[in-house]
Amino acid sequence: MSGQVLDRAGVDAVLNDLDEYAVEEALRIVEAHSPTKEAGEGSGHTITLISMGPERATEAIRKALSMGADNAIHISDDALAGSDALATSLVLAKVISTEGFDLVICGTESTDARMSVVPAMLAQRLDWAALTFAGSVIVEPENSKVLIARSTEFGVENMSAAFPVVVSVNEKINEPRYPSFKGIMAAKKKTITAKSLSDLGIAASAVGASAAWSSVKDSLLRPARSSGIKVEDSGDGGNQLAAFLAEKRVI
Amino acid sequence: MSQVLILVDSVGGQVSKSTGELATFGARLGSVTAVVFEPALAAQLNGFSIANVVVVTGVDTSKYSPAPVAEALAQLITAKSATALLVTSSARGKEIAGMVAVISNSGLITDAIDVDADRITTQSVFGGGTTVHSAVTTPTAVITMRSNSIEVVAGSGTPTQEEFAPTISEAAKLAVVNSTEPAVKGGRPELTEASIVVSGGRGTNGDFKPIEALADVLGAAVGASRAATDAGWYPHTHQVGQTGKTVSPQLYVACGISGAIQHRAGMQTSKLIVAVNKDPEAPIFELSDFGVVGDLFNVLPVATAAITAKKA
Repeated sequence: MSGQVLDRAGVDAVLNDLDEYAVEEALRIVEAHSPTKEAGEGSGHTITLISMGPERATEAIRKALSMGADNAIHISDDALAGSDALATSLVLAKVISTEGFDLVICGTESTDARMSVVPAMLAQRLDWAALTFAGSVIVEPENSKVLIARSTEFGVENMSAAFPVVVSVNEKINEPRYPSFKGIMAAKKKTITAKSLSDLGIAASAVGASAAWSSVKDSLLRPARSSGIKVEDSGDGGNQLAAFLAEKRVI
Repeated sequence: MSQVLILVDSVGGQVSKSTGELATFGARLGSVTAVVFEPALAAQLNGFSIANVVVVTGVDTSKYSPAPVAEALAQLITAKSATALLVTSSARGKEIAGMVAVISNSGLITDAIDVDADRITTQSVFGGGTTVHSAVTTPTAVITMRSNSIEVVAGSGTPTQEEFAPTISEAAKLAVVNSTEPAVKGGRPELTEASIVVSGGRGTNGDFKPIEALADVLGAAVGASRAATDAGWYPHTHQVGQTGKTVSPQLYVACGISGAIQHRAGMQTSKLIVAVNKDPEAPIFELSDFGVVGDLFNVLPVATAAITAKKA
């Protein structure tokens, strides 16, 4: 693996749980293929975090840097507010294509938006291979190849592709590490490069809420579910449960 | 009349239940064309609101997945001037939909629970706490529909059939499937498709036998809370909740599950919720239509026997 490993940290201010798995997996891959068995300087590989989000996302980036990533690119622009998955993937693809990475690792979905489609869209935009929903990732640097076990409701598919590849990992893949004190101190010296849309050559009109190809008409709070009947079991609870289901014609 | 495409899913050579649901939604928007990638599925599409079946040829979906499927669908959208593509909201379905949206420059809505004749979609977000109505502003709308969101309306007649040979790019063939291990089926319905789900949590203490027994007498799928899957008591593929699957069945039975917000996010749009829990203060009771305060190891076997008796 001669190039760089990249990771997209979350758009949330709190480092998205699922993206911690992506950061951890990137660290493990680098550690497995580094002569010093450690990520960071001397490993011969670079882990760059890419985050698209408001100013406050810096905190999440610092956390991922303290886990061991090398540097970060933070795309922040007021015009990005309200961007949908299509716009998000457009911006990320632009950053990735100008930086020259071998491997992009994403979390499976951001916990707030539940779109889970950004990794696939990213691969589509870059014309890269998409290896998504990975429950395990193996990199074979000698063959410039990535192998994953893709885990979906239909079962497991063992897939592979040559660099460059977009991988998305699920939350079963690893146990993300806690930043060490040394890591936290080191993170303070790491570089976070700020980029705006004009730095990337993207028109503000191409992203954000006004450019979204779908628009929210209205949203309303769903009426809270009220609790129904509650019975105390004194040997007959099971029968009452069955009677309730029969009354509701479920059985 | 507007042309609407639906992507037919299959499990083990059988058309998925969600196909009828997609056809029912699709018929509201226009004339429905069902797209299949396995020719054998075409014969199973009678009796739905489907006017036409397109059999896509020359795409080896067992070797390349899912990018070529997305390319084929995007080309069909152009060929048919389709105003909408409806796909089931599975992990794979959403991914395909996202790729199609990129290729065809179409707006995308995921996890819709309803769509009307004007392509206004309804989504239930923030764990079912908020309902959002959205409109797609592009010529074609790509929409993924959540399973169990509609009663299937039967259609009449046999759909016409045609073949379509898409042009698949080299980029779509970059990721290769080397081998497949199908999901282990225990004869129970698939979790996100099931009309009834019986779930177990911490209260099972690792023993899912009473959960499975009740599920089997109800013809239900088995779910589990994160506490149960993290403890290794049940496979992660059965996890219901924020980091697991979202289900919306006719009936959800929560057994020994306290009802943490993360679990509720995955099940609170269920039509009917029944809970069994030892703790009378368990938050799950706040959203249950029927709750039994008691030990699941006492309550479930009695309920299973009573249901068996009622069914006999």
